[in-house]
Amino acid sequence: MSHTPLILRLFHWLFMVFMLAPLVVVVLVSFTDKGYIAFPFDGASLRWYSAIWNATGFIDSFWLSLGLGIVSATAAVMFAVPAAMAIAWHRFAGREAVLGLLMSPLMIPAIVFGIALLRLFTHLGLSGSLWGLGAAHTVMVLPFVMRLVIAAATGYDHTLSQAATSLGASGWTVFRRIELPHLVPGIAGGWLIAFITSFDEVTMSLFVSSPGTTTLPVRMYNYIANTIDPLLASISSLLILVTLVLMIILDRAFGLDRILGGKA
Amino acid sequence: MKGQAALPYWLAGPGVLLALAFVAIPLVLTFGLSFSPFSDQTGIGEGFTLSNYGQIVSDDYFHEIFLRTIGLAAAVTVVSLLIGVPEAYVLSRLKPTMRAISLVIVLGPLLISVIVRTLGWTILLGNDGVINNALMAIGIISQPLRLMYSFTGMVIGLVHVLVPFMVLSVWTSLQKLDPATEQAAASLGAGSSTILWRIVLPQVLPGMLSGGLIVFAMSASAFATPAIIGGRRLKIVPTAIYDEFLSYLNWPLGAALAFILLVFVLAVSLGANRYIERRFRQVFQ
Repeated sequence: MSHTPLILRLFHWLFMVFMLAPLVVVVLVSFTDKGYIAFPFDGASLRWYSAIWNATGFIDSFWLSLGLGIVSATAAVMFAVPAAMAIAWHRFAGREAVLGLLMSPLMIPAIVFGIALLRLFTHLGLSGSLWGLGAAHTVMVLPFVMRLVIAAATGYDHTLSQAATSLGASGWTVFRRIELPHLVPGIAGGWLIAFITSFDEVTMSLFVSSPGTTTLPVRMYNYIANTIDPLLASISSLLILVTLVLMIILDRAFGLDRILGGKA
Repeated sequence: MKGQAALPYWLAGPGVLLALAFVAIPLVLTFGLSFSPFSDQTGIGEGFTLSNYGQIVSDDYFHEIFLRTIGLAAAVTVVSLLIGVPEAYVLSRLKPTMRAISLVIVLGPLLISVIVRTLGWTILLGNDGVINNALMAIGIISQPLRLMYSFTGMVIGLVHVLVPFMVLSVWTSLQKLDPATEQAAASLGAGSSTILWRIVLPQVLPGMLSGGLIVFAMSASAFATPAIIGGRRLKIVPTAIYDEFLSYLNWPLGAALAFILLVFVLAVSLGANRYIERRFRQVFQ
């Protein structure tokens, strides 16, 4: 079964070109020495990389997005790990409803989520605040952590916990020394995918960020809406580079197809 | 299994409270908002009215936006099926090393910001962009094709964003396929096209359907890519919601639009999921 028809091979290469073309062109354009986006171009330079440091706001937004990603991924893990243990290891009334509620941010269009949170935060006087942004991102990335931790918890053999308890370990010790280590791969994968999702999120954040709390994707979106110049290409190239490193880590550790399965 | 009946509620409690506070309550508040009256002079008023929904149902402007949104989602879904299904099939037949590399190329873009990917397409699709320049250089066209700010451009950009989900979904059902059935068919004299059509395709149909659903629901609710490639002229429901909220400040109308979109997307994904599970129960077991 190893011979694949030539036409399918050709199709496969075209498909690869289609997937890579927009990313490759962004990286190439970022090295232009022109003041506008043109491709192909003659002179190469790094001027648009040094321009990032002088462009107002992009560096601040990068740090904000980085911090927001770390905080919301960590907070989501705190909420998701016990909830995932309850879902995976217990049968209780309302289990399906709890699971549905915790996974619901995946089903709701980001634009609807965004306006709903804008409405709530205006009500609470939290609009544009860091607290609001953090809460919004935590809820949004919660399902990604839930899914991977549930998957990790499902294969757990409960006789291990019973053995530890019968030898005199307290409930907390059983959790810390036996159950938690078993969940670590799921938690690590979930944290990373939650971080990336938060770091890249734009649509919902457009509604809950303010001029003082503008995340990097929101700043890029607002910038694109006015002008498209090579500055965006150089920022994007750096993001592609960072994502590539994270992606290789994720793929080596967990397999991309398992982590991204059924994202919607 | 643990004995204490209250334990799972304590474990799930914090997460449930978080989701109630930041998912359920905001949605309920927004649903209420969609029944509030609005006037340009006084803003959001008190009371209950169906006029926001009435306006959407009666106004041709909104009919066009909804039709365009459904058309866009349908076109993106069809194109994703047409290219994603064969790609998943090729992937399943590649040698392990090539397959691993190809999978990273197909799935990797999912981790890269939609803004970055869409920026790439604006560079490729512009009137003076890479595609038009290349086509004019080899003499296929004499005038640049209008790809930016066009429906075609929105479809291309969204297919790039969403086709990985289709490949993933079909790829998952291909992995469940037992190669022995293909070999059995071949040993009984079936040609390769018969095997594809009669053996492989029926077994990956659930994967195609669930992939199609994901892609349809996500393209109907996508914002950033259609907003950047389509511009202000080619409005779809998500960009119309954005404008009502942040440009015209008519929050009640925007909330009504958002609720119609939410119900539509949920109905498509939940309803069709039920259907797929009933229709193909034996495949999932």
